[in-house]
Amino acid sequence: MFQLLTPEGTATGAAELPDPETRLRLYREMRRARHFDDRGWVLYRQGRLGVFPPFGGMEASQCGTAAALTADDWLFPTYRDTGAALTLGLPIARALAYWRTSPHGWAMPENLKVLPFYIPIATQYPHAVGAALAEKRKGTRNVAMAYIGDGGSSEGDFHEALNFAGALDAPCVFILQNNGWAISVPTRSQTRATNLSRRAEGYGIPGVRVDGNDVLATYHVTREAVERARNGGGPTLIETVTYRVKPHTVADDPSRYRTEEDNAGWDAKDPVLRLRTHLLAEGLMTEASEAALLKEVADEFEAALQEADGYPEPTPAEILDHVFAEPTPQLARQRAQILAEENA
Amino acid sequence: MTAAAPRTETRTMTMVAAINDALDLALAADPTVHIFGEDVGVMGGVFRATDGLQARYGAERVFDTPLAEAGIVGMGIGMGLAGLKPVAEIQFAGFLYPALDQVLSHLGRYRHRTRSRYHLPMVVRAPYGGGVHTPEQHADSPEAILAHTPGVKVVIPSTPSDAKGLLLSAINDPDPVFFFEAIKLYRSVKEDVQTGDYRIPLGKARVVTEGNDVTVICYGGMVEVAQKAAAAAQSAGIGVEVIDLRTLVPLDTETILESVQKTGRAVVVTEAPRTGGFHSEISAIIAEEAIEYLHAPVVRVTGFDAPYPPFTAIEDVYRPNAVRVARAIRQVMEY
Ligand SMILES: Cc1ncc(C[n+]2csc(CCOP(=O)(O)OP(=O)(O)O)c2C)c(N)n1
Repeated sequence: MFQLLTPEGTATGAAELPDPETRLRLYREMRRARHFDDRGWVLYRQGRLGVFPPFGGMEASQCGTAAALTADDWLFPTYRDTGAALTLGLPIARALAYWRTSPHGWAMPENLKVLPFYIPIATQYPHAVGAALAEKRKGTRNVAMAYIGDGGSSEGDFHEALNFAGALDAPCVFILQNNGWAISVPTRSQTRATNLSRRAEGYGIPGVRVDGNDVLATYHVTREAVERARNGGGPTLIETVTYRVKPHTVADDPSRYRTEEDNAGWDAKDPVLRLRTHLLAEGLMTEASEAALLKEVADEFEAALQEADGYPEPTPAEILDHVFAEPTPQLARQRAQILAEENA
Repeated sequence: MTAAAPRTETRTMTMVAAINDALDLALAADPTVHIFGEDVGVMGGVFRATDGLQARYGAERVFDTPLAEAGIVGMGIGMGLAGLKPVAEIQFAGFLYPALDQVLSHLGRYRHRTRSRYHLPMVVRAPYGGGVHTPEQHADSPEAILAHTPGVKVVIPSTPSDAKGLLLSAINDPDPVFFFEAIKLYRSVKEDVQTGDYRIPLGKARVVTEGNDVTVICYGGMVEVAQKAAAAAQSAGIGVEVIDLRTLVPLDTETILESVQKTGRAVVVTEAPRTGGFHSEISAIIAEEAIEYLHAPVVRVTGFDAPYPPFTAIEDVYRPNAVRVARAIRQVMEY
């Protein structure tokens, strides 16, 4: 398993360490993601955010991989990948809006090719292949990246996507976040395979297994995969080995299916603290510069929250918007019905 | 109109408890019954419908599968072919779609294409429908797709007692049955449910309230909505007969037609999208077989031709409520 930072924060493999600026950027991205996750819980309890799937503890897996993309690339995130989407540039206010069940969370920024969080499992994996292939046909060097869970990698769509990508040489990077659980089902009950990156072999594409709590490592291997795809080298499957320390969603009760023993040791592998130790030890960050960063991150979030608070609630007829480019006569009648009933 | 057997002992149950009870009885009675799906084992299902069953019957008969709906239904088909009684759970009806190939290409056809040499006594349970503010794709009502598939039966209970009696019939039916459970009803209604095994036959509708002026035809999560509208109409002097279909396939056309012939007016209610829904089938049957009794055109109260909205603030616009049903009742009265 590829690793550049031990859980104690000691760097190994100096040649592959990203430059200091990038390391600081990765720290900032992880802090933004962690802040979203932490504040999300509080907001949920206050009734200011709907049910959402937390990702705290998986920041290195999400931010390190997404940081390898540029704004010209495609991102296909699952519901758990708020951290990845924020790293690519999804505005915090939009992510909040999505988890507030507001249509404003579906309207993705024009300057990004990020899709709304996918709720059905695995079904977006083939889309990434198609998007990647389209970029290739258009002659760009852009790639597509898609996320999935260990559970999701059991679905047929996952396997079809990998096979297509290999056969058609699509510039695609598949991220498989192995966080140990699919709701209540541990990976060992999900599959007999113990190394999910090796599934790539069956499709003739490279598979990489990386410490998913080591952001320097996830960034490094994803950058390699992205570069290979850009240069015509085809797809890669990257398994990030991490852990879902939190419940499946904020409404889930993991004590029904997992024990303290299952969780043991994972807090000590915390990806944010791991990089923090490294940055402080290397003198790339001081306690004071970190405090300033944390304040910036918190301020940014609060401003975004205010922005999200300002999004107007949808109006009844909006449930019919965006079904077709032009509403069908049926939809037009249904709209008239809603408007009439509103005024009745 | 419900269970045939006299109701000796009863226990107060929610719908989810009644379903759990039916599954428990089925597992106890027949060693070929196997329950499987995502999170149904250790966790007992995301809605707890299979709670405690793995502890009682072991991890061979009640087990978690990998996360793959086509695999769940496809494997169930093989189990059924080879003599087991598979009872699969699809976690939400909106996640049935990856399995539709198995359903449309195989589940509904095996008996026909083997001239009854093989049959599939399989049940697929799936929570469906809205009203509880779920995320995207968790509130779909895909029953019409199944009802449109030859060879599969479709059952949708609306009360705890019905859920139990219908589920036991479904599990003991020789053919594949889709069993849709309204999420909204899982815990919102409680009633005294007979303990022990009893069956409610598939294909027999339930007359919920009797009335002479309008027939309201509905099923699943819409029954309580129709009942509310009927009660309001009743206090305005309009007699509403509410019919709970219970099963779409087989369909109890007799009860529908008898009622419509009596009242001369029909309102059909569903939370599924409007175009091409099962409600349209019912309207067509009434038009074909009872048009001369009608005092007004049949009115459909439905969801809309848009994906079910996960927007909490306006979700309730999509899902028919008592006000909309009451308006339809007035419409057919005033025609
Ligand atoms: C097609 C489909 N089936 C079932 C579900 C219900 N469901 C939501 S999350 C989940 C578990 C997913 O586990 P995994 O893929 O490992 O991702 P994680 O949640 O751990 O990030 C399930 C079964 C769904 N959303 N889509």
